[in-house]
Amino acid sequence: METKLYTITVFSENTVGLLGQITIIFTRRNINIETLSVSPSAIKGIHKFTITLFATEDVVSKVVKQIDKRIDILKAYYNTDEDLVFQEIALYKIATDKLLEKGSIEDLIRKYHIRILEMNNDFVVLQKAGHYTETQQMFEELRESVGVLQFIRSGRVAITRSKVERLSDMLEGIQKKFGKND
Amino acid sequence: MQSLVKEGVDTIFGYPGGAIMPVFDALYDYDKHINHILTRHEQGATHAAQGYARVSGKVGVCLVTSGPAATNTITGIGDAMLDSTPMVVITGQVAAPLLGTDAFQEIDVVGITQPITKWAYQIRKAEDIAWAVARAFYIARSGRPGPVVLDFAKSAQIQEVEFDYKPCTFIRSYLPVPEVQPSQIEAAVALINGAKKPFALVGQGVVLANAEVELKAFLEKGNIPAAWTLLGASAMSSDFPLNKGFLGMHGNVAPNMKTNECDVLIAIGMRFDDRVTGDLKTYAKQAKIIHLDIDTAEIGKNVIPDAPVLGSAKDTLPALTAKMNEAKHTEWIASFEEYDKLEFEKVILREVYPESGEMTMGEVIHKVSEATNNKAVLVTDVGQNQMMAARYFKYSETRSMVTSGGLGTMGFGIPAAMGAKMGAPERTVCMFSGDGGFQMTIQELGTIMQEQIGVKMIILNNHFLGMVRQWQEMFFEERYSFTEMVNPDFIAIAKAYRIDGTEVKKRDELDAAIADMLKDDKPYLLVVNVEKKGMVFPMVPAGACVTNILLGD
Repeated sequence: METKLYTITVFSENTVGLLGQITIIFTRRNINIETLSVSPSAIKGIHKFTITLFATEDVVSKVVKQIDKRIDILKAYYNTDEDLVFQEIALYKIATDKLLEKGSIEDLIRKYHIRILEMNNDFVVLQKAGHYTETQQMFEELRESVGVLQFIRSGRVAITRSKVERLSDMLEGIQKKFGKND
Repeated sequence: MQSLVKEGVDTIFGYPGGAIMPVFDALYDYDKHINHILTRHEQGATHAAQGYARVSGKVGVCLVTSGPAATNTITGIGDAMLDSTPMVVITGQVAAPLLGTDAFQEIDVVGITQPITKWAYQIRKAEDIAWAVARAFYIARSGRPGPVVLDFAKSAQIQEVEFDYKPCTFIRSYLPVPEVQPSQIEAAVALINGAKKPFALVGQGVVLANAEVELKAFLEKGNIPAAWTLLGASAMSSDFPLNKGFLGMHGNVAPNMKTNECDVLIAIGMRFDDRVTGDLKTYAKQAKIIHLDIDTAEIGKNVIPDAPVLGSAKDTLPALTAKMNEAKHTEWIASFEEYDKLEFEKVILREVYPESGEMTMGEVIHKVSEATNNKAVLVTDVGQNQMMAARYFKYSETRSMVTSGGLGTMGFGIPAAMGAKMGAPERTVCMFSGDGGFQMTIQELGTIMQEQIGVKMIILNNHFLGMVRQWQEMFFEERYSFTEMVNPDFIAIAKAYRIDGTEVKKRDELDAAIADMLKDDKPYLLVVNVEKKGMVFPMVPAGACVTNILLGD
């Protein structure tokens, strides 16, 4: 079976130790997490994990079932890139004098849609949002031309293209069946 | 304590220590409500709780202190996880302000047990106690059962709080029993009605759902032959005509062969363990597969079903029975006999009915089972004794088989038998062990002595770690690396614990010794010296096709 990049979305209760419960499931199967991002979701008290990994569909489907099985997990599902609108953000710290030596930085800014977050005599912090390949390309170009002091890329955040909102549908279903959902 | 009483707990297996002393102090006043059994080791407490849970259907409860006591429970917790046994383990923990400081007897219990529990939670303040206990019991017993750990900080044990107990019946992120989907029932019924050679595999899911009656109705209406997994044993009575025996590595020949001959395979509350399936690439490829399970994560984990049926067997089996047609399958059922005959001639005759030579495990197990009119609860340790007992012990009622299936824990036998006897005091409990496994938890004889728990223990002594020896003979060129044992005088040890016993060295002493063992309801140790080179056959070698069955001839 073909290995490709999958994005797993997990909605959980906001309890201690959930990240550990999720990572154990990966460790046991010797799977690397490529990126991970965790934050409160749109619904109060529910947290959202976005995890990317390289795997076959067989493996990713089993991992998702095992995650979903944990008591405090509300919902887990997986998607490929085609099903998603997704984004990552990257920050680049560059020595100011090196950047100025380059002469004009207009080309760079236009090419990569860069925002400048901070600038002083010593360094400049640039921000770029985009897919992995885009932030990586900019990193490589800067590294070769002016050098990069620090570089950081966030985990992926993603939104599904589907018309079905799986978490809200599930909570609604529970509300109907049990007359409560919290 | 009040929370435990509200959950209907009447028996606890435990061992006191520093970080759980306030709870034990409270227990002192509850001796009329709760019977606490002091085991000799915390591992023993967990296996006893498992044995208790398996025969009674109730949640087994353990109460131990922090640190080493908590780590001693890990084997039992892991065992309960793999065998879906409902159990709540309460471990003491250092006072909340000391957490994370490497305090005396502090260990990260929640971190250690998370991968091997349904739920693990640390109680840090007294207000959480009632909520956490209610939730723990709900999670342990509902859906696919399993172990739950409550790690109870000592500071929370001594705080006082208004007692407000509400049983837990709902957790929004946990829906334990999937609703039966009519479309899945229809798809499965269509396959069953079209089947010429249907075959059912019965797992522990049937027992856990209390669906034995529903199973019988289902099998009888469709005249579907069935076989059980190790943990599915006793879900049907042994003499039920459609019961075709035991599946898997040391199972019966017919059910394994028929797995690869049937046209529709109906798996009921079982998980296609590798000891059942052998090589998945050659497993039941000719058949359409129906998989009934309560746990979504089991569907497609090992075998991808053509028709998954989610739900409790208690609900799904009657739904199938109602919609399916009556059928006969006379020829198909009769076709099992040929293999049964082969197995009887090649294996059973010499194992169960030997007339000369040394005694065999099979004949001892068969005789004990018969002497109890096949009405006893069987508890086993792990290894040859376990497989032989699974093959030759017979049952007339459900919840009569307690064994460590998934984890395969040597040393499970003695403590599990204690728990089983506590869970079903009116029944005879027969525990078979090898000489190896018996010595792994031998200290529990002390518990049996103190509580006068009337378990009937039988050591099938071959002076070897028999199953490993068997593999060494078959797969490691007879290199018997560290499997021979020089054993103590087991009867003398039992005597020291004031437990009666007999050692049998000759075949003609066996019947009388068994009768002596079963004459009353007191604890008893029977040691039977069996052949050293005994082998469990039939055998499907690990990872081989289920039809590649060695008969040892």
